[in-house]
Amino acid sequence: MALKPAIELRNITKTFGSIVANKDVSLTVDRGEILSILGENGSGKTTLMNMLAGIYFPDHGEIFINGEEVVIKSPKDSFAHGIGMIHQHFKLVDVFSAVENIVLGIEEKGRYNLKESAKAIKKICDAYGFEIDLNKKIYEMSVSEKQTVEIIKVLYRGADILILDEPTAVLTPHETSKLFNVMRNMKKDGKSIIIITHKLNEVLEISDKVSVLRKGVYIGTINTADADESILTEMMVGKKVDLNIERADIENKEDRLIIENISYNNREGVNILNHVNFTAKSGEILGIAGIAGSGQRELLESIAGLRHLSSGSILYNNAETGEKENLRDKTPLQIREMGIRLSFVPEDRLGMGLVANMDIIDNMTLRSYKKGKSVFVEKKAPTDLANEIIEELEVVTPSAKTPVRRLSGGNVQKVLVGREIKANPKVLMVAYPVRGLDINSSYMIYSLLNEQKEKGTSVIFVGEDLDVLIELCDRIVVISSGEISGIVDARNTTKEEIGVLMTKGRSADSNEK
Amino acid sequence: MKNKEKVSEPLFHIVKRGNLPTTKSWLIRIVSIVAALIVCGIVTVLVTGENPFEVYGTMISGAVGTERKIWSTAQNTAILLCISLAVTPAFKMKFWNIGAEGQVLMGALASATCMIFLGDKIPNWALILVMVVASIIAGAIWGFIPAFFKANWNTNETLFTLMMNYIAIQIVSYFVFEWSVPAGSGHIGIINPTSNAGWFPTIFGQKYFCNVAIVIVLTVIMYIYLKYSKHGYELSVVGGSENTAKYIGINVKKVVIRTMILSGALCGIAGLLMVAGTDHTVTRDTAGGRGFTAIMVSWLAKFNPIYMILTALLIVFLQKGAGEISMIFGLNESFADILTGIIIFFIIGSEFFINYKLKFREKTKEVKD
Repeated sequence: MALKPAIELRNITKTFGSIVANKDVSLTVDRGEILSILGENGSGKTTLMNMLAGIYFPDHGEIFINGEEVVIKSPKDSFAHGIGMIHQHFKLVDVFSAVENIVLGIEEKGRYNLKESAKAIKKICDAYGFEIDLNKKIYEMSVSEKQTVEIIKVLYRGADILILDEPTAVLTPHETSKLFNVMRNMKKDGKSIIIITHKLNEVLEISDKVSVLRKGVYIGTINTADADESILTEMMVGKKVDLNIERADIENKEDRLIIENISYNNREGVNILNHVNFTAKSGEILGIAGIAGSGQRELLESIAGLRHLSSGSILYNNAETGEKENLRDKTPLQIREMGIRLSFVPEDRLGMGLVANMDIIDNMTLRSYKKGKSVFVEKKAPTDLANEIIEELEVVTPSAKTPVRRLSGGNVQKVLVGREIKANPKVLMVAYPVRGLDINSSYMIYSLLNEQKEKGTSVIFVGEDLDVLIELCDRIVVISSGEISGIVDARNTTKEEIGVLMTKGRSADSNEK
Repeated sequence: MKNKEKVSEPLFHIVKRGNLPTTKSWLIRIVSIVAALIVCGIVTVLVTGENPFEVYGTMISGAVGTERKIWSTAQNTAILLCISLAVTPAFKMKFWNIGAEGQVLMGALASATCMIFLGDKIPNWALILVMVVASIIAGAIWGFIPAFFKANWNTNETLFTLMMNYIAIQIVSYFVFEWSVPAGSGHIGIINPTSNAGWFPTIFGQKYFCNVAIVIVLTVIMYIYLKYSKHGYELSVVGGSENTAKYIGINVKKVVIRTMILSGALCGIAGLLMVAGTDHTVTRDTAGGRGFTAIMVSWLAKFNPIYMILTALLIVFLQKGAGEISMIFGLNESFADILTGIIIFFIIGSEFFINYKLKFREKTKEVKD
């Protein structure tokens, strides 16, 4: 008799209102196997896994664990069946140490015996190759260490089936390869692993099988050995997609924005940006790479006039007058009144940049409502602009009067990028513009940025996917702990070189403490 | 092993609805009111043994039974609506102004002060003009203070405005005692009972006509202000996302202070209407909790001034009717509040069923072996 699969899903369906998140999804995972679930954002990967984790309950369909049908009503049920899920957002107590977090919530009589637990945890670490200081407090940990704690936590509780939701999204290339090593060790030990991702190269590297979802519908499963990037993309998107990004060479570049020695301390007095220097030129895309939270956000917001710097200057080189104007300590409104067209697509689209409860027209109005002397808001131009953007960028929306919170992530981004580009900017700053977007929308955004570059705009692009940064940008500024650790020519660099620069200075920091 | 207990699905689970068509969502609201009335009926029979239909009949006649009652309901609705209009811009801006009570009282006190000290000294039209200005300024100051602290030092506006209520109540208490007629009685009594100086005129034989007319005009103005003006747009952006407001270059401090001055000023006007148009006196109970009820009116109407006419009317109708039944049937006053509470609970609860639905178990499964 053949061994029964560790997990089998049969015809799972889940709907939210009129939205079908999963439709008749069936898949199996064997013991000692790594399955990738691949799909674009919004294709229902996380929803499907949340049903295994007991967070959602399926409308139809059956779940079998080791050949037996089970009903998972709550995370507790899920755990009882040996399923452990590592969510994208960690659920750890900041002021507790790793050990304390790992044992927390386990029902034991009397007091926790932390020493005994620490020994048991150490064994797990050695078995799978985790490198972690178990007595370190969570708030002192890097994202990668926190993730390690989450994984150890589910292993310590005896999980045989691990689900990892986009585990590499927050990791550097080096950290990713460490994680993959650990996953291979777990696989050898007979654990079943499901990894949710949309990064094709990772799928090919780590998994045995790939199951693809598209818009909630199960497309199929293939062995990784038989797959390549173009086959998988076609399964994900439903048609062939050209995965090459064009990069034009622009002549006669001139300095557009000169960042001189800027430093910024946040409200708590913590230094976030430390003597940052670089120049953004017209007709180029300047990439900014770095681990999340290295000061990218504060850098862009400082340039946009949203933060008060403690030192340095932001010089705008006005090509027409030949004058250099300092934008430091100017508000966004003052910058606009100086006639400088500076557009900014912030990373938190609905929290900054758009108003979620307002419709598309009202969101277009944001940039122009102040115009004119009338006490009333002029609606005609924004309405035209909204319709223009909906048509040109193929925004999927019931109408221009739909609140933007009802739109999908990609369409929200198109609305925002559309508005900022239509302002005809001289400098265009974009932060993580393709985060959460499907492949088609992502490539549309890349080509819009390229169009701007060819028009002579100075584009500043903060990104997380190093492959894209290298393909799209002309130069890449690498930022690490608020300092510039290097500026490289994107045409002659490697992921590894950037990866090393991204972590430079970090170890020196921790030694000081 | 644990098979039997494992294969049991939950009885139902909650599912988010897509967009409901307007007609269907109104149907749910109507059904919920009907359900509320049925529950109220059952409670009535169980607790009091009265015939619920008679009780409802009494409620209706209590609210709109006679012309006098209709006007009384209209005037109460107008005052409540005016305060609801006042808190709306603040709440739309996500500034939790629960200080309407105090702002109304300060407006009322300012009006009464003018009536007492200027009553016989200047012509009536000039007196009313002075009262309007004074009550607006008094309410506006009471709105400005918490806004100023919030804008500059990010103080908690909920606690701040609540405390401002108590200060206002104590100030009114103080002056009511100081100026009481006869001295030391603790009541001001009707101000200018013979000259009627500072009283709103009786129009078409109706002494409440002015109040109702003023509030109708204010409702229309507020609707236009919120929907079409630049100020209204700015405060919605600040309420929607303060970061977006900053990103676009809106001066958030300025908008917060300006909006709260407006909110306070309108509360001041409500105080004026109470003193000049209704009570012709001021007591520490002049606002009478309406500063809080108004918040519910505003939220129930989803901050739309036109819908607020309906929600304000509903609340006043329930209160008037409830008052009537406690009088006619000799029931405890609290019983009327119980009925009002049940009805409002159902109305608010209906919003849940507009956004979500329950999905019941479709099949009972056989336990497999």
